[in-house]
Amino acid sequence: MNTLAENVSMIKPSPLLARKAIVKIENLCVEYRRRELCGATKPVVNNLNLSVQEGEVYGFLGPNGAGKTTTMNVLLGFTNATSGEAWLFGENVREPIARQRIGYLPELTYYYKFLSAEELLRFYACIFRIPKAERERRIDDVLKLVELEHARKRQIKTYSKGMQQRVGLAQALVNNPELLILDEPTSGLDPVGRMKVREVIQRLKNEGKTVFFSSHELGEVETVCDRVAILHQGELKLDGRLSELAESNRCSLEQLFLRVVGYEHHPDTPPLPCV
Amino acid sequence: MNNLFAVAGVVIKELYRRKDFYVLFVLTILICVVMGSVRIFNDAKIARYLKEICLLLVWISSLVIAITTTARQIPAERENRTLFPLLAKPLSRTELLVGKFLGCWFACGLALLCFYLFFALLAGSREQHWSFINYFQAAVLHWVMLGVVVALTLLGSLVFTAPSSNTTICFLAVAGILILGRHLNKVALHLPEPRRSILYAVYYCIPHLELFDVRDLIIHNWPPIPWRVCILATVYALAYATAFLIAASLVFRRKAIN
Repeated sequence: MNTLAENVSMIKPSPLLARKAIVKIENLCVEYRRRELCGATKPVVNNLNLSVQEGEVYGFLGPNGAGKTTTMNVLLGFTNATSGEAWLFGENVREPIARQRIGYLPELTYYYKFLSAEELLRFYACIFRIPKAERERRIDDVLKLVELEHARKRQIKTYSKGMQQRVGLAQALVNNPELLILDEPTSGLDPVGRMKVREVIQRLKNEGKTVFFSSHELGEVETVCDRVAILHQGELKLDGRLSELAESNRCSLEQLFLRVVGYEHHPDTPPLPCV
Repeated sequence: MNNLFAVAGVVIKELYRRKDFYVLFVLTILICVVMGSVRIFNDAKIARYLKEICLLLVWISSLVIAITTTARQIPAERENRTLFPLLAKPLSRTELLVGKFLGCWFACGLALLCFYLFFALLAGSREQHWSFINYFQAAVLHWVMLGVVVALTLLGSLVFTAPSSNTTICFLAVAGILILGRHLNKVALHLPEPRRSILYAVYYCIPHLELFDVRDLIIHNWPPIPWRVCILATVYALAYATAFLIAASLVFRRKAIN
């Protein structure tokens, strides 16, 4: 079996790599200041390099605290990088214009509970300066896509968690984005809710959208992703096409993930089945 | 402007869909109607006292609405994580702040309109005449003053972590300025240096919100204020509101939101 380092380096350039890079990160480092250590810094992302090509569904994996959300925060302009650069559509992420063509779904967001889904989407569509007729058409389309047409006039406070997450997905899609950044989109949802979100991602993939998403649901990642990256302690440990990784390692994504993050298997628990 | 009005629209919707305003409005109506229905000491000019109490309630209610509504805006966005999808859109932090300011200020304006309409009805029913120009001037100056309070509270919401501490501090600051602001220079006269200079500096730095309190104008049916003075007062308030908003924008731009 090849080593992980070999796997990373052996990945041949796929036809997708010839496409335009929608997300590009070069030598990204992010450090947070620790309050308890009199201003000492803690590296959260360390020298990260990756790119996501047009039309790809890219799974961004890693255990909690690996630096996934921080990387997304840099891409969205919420956090400034300590060093290195990141670009969306060739625009530096520090420029607000870089966010014109993206949709973002954060993890566990409680949208304005006094608004209805329709009003919430109208508000977000206004920010994108979508003309009125087009705006109403887009709202109808996304509400249909996330199956919330029946509840469009109800206030969000009456929604279940799954419905709230689908409203979140609808707001991320209201501007018909070319790139979707999803931070654990199925977190906290029941199996039906997860399936619905997964179906939406699958449909977006079929429409040729680029999706960059983090998740702990490895089964879901295997279902929808073209390529995955595994981040551990702020460092990129693995980046490659799913099919090639599975072939070269002869194991499931879950096994690969556990190996990459250095999980030691307890002898009393049954081993994970190999592919 | 499009982004500003979109953000402001959500704040206004929040005000009329929450119960805070209705509770204060109904409470003011109840107190004034009950007080207006009783005849105290058979005083023929009782309407003057009634107007004074009603206006005091309107002032307290408007400050409660302005400060509590504004203080929760940014912290609620952070707590509910709605700040993330919002700033992931082509909306700058300054636009968000100005939108929130306009929303809170217009919402206060709508609340004031209801309060002053009720006041006009009450005063007119007791006095059988309406000093519309006086009511209009008092309401406009009151609203302009609330602009300063809203901007100050917005700045406080970025400096203080908890909305409750911001609300308390803003209430104390505004009440302090309204009650003591006009007397600071007289107190400074009797103080030794350097306290005198410090107090004078405070006197000239604080926004003199008491200048906008023209309740006596309508309580005693005095002639209207010259429009020139109203415009100057408006410019004065807008200058302070702008200064607070610029400070808030500088703080917000440097603040990590993750």
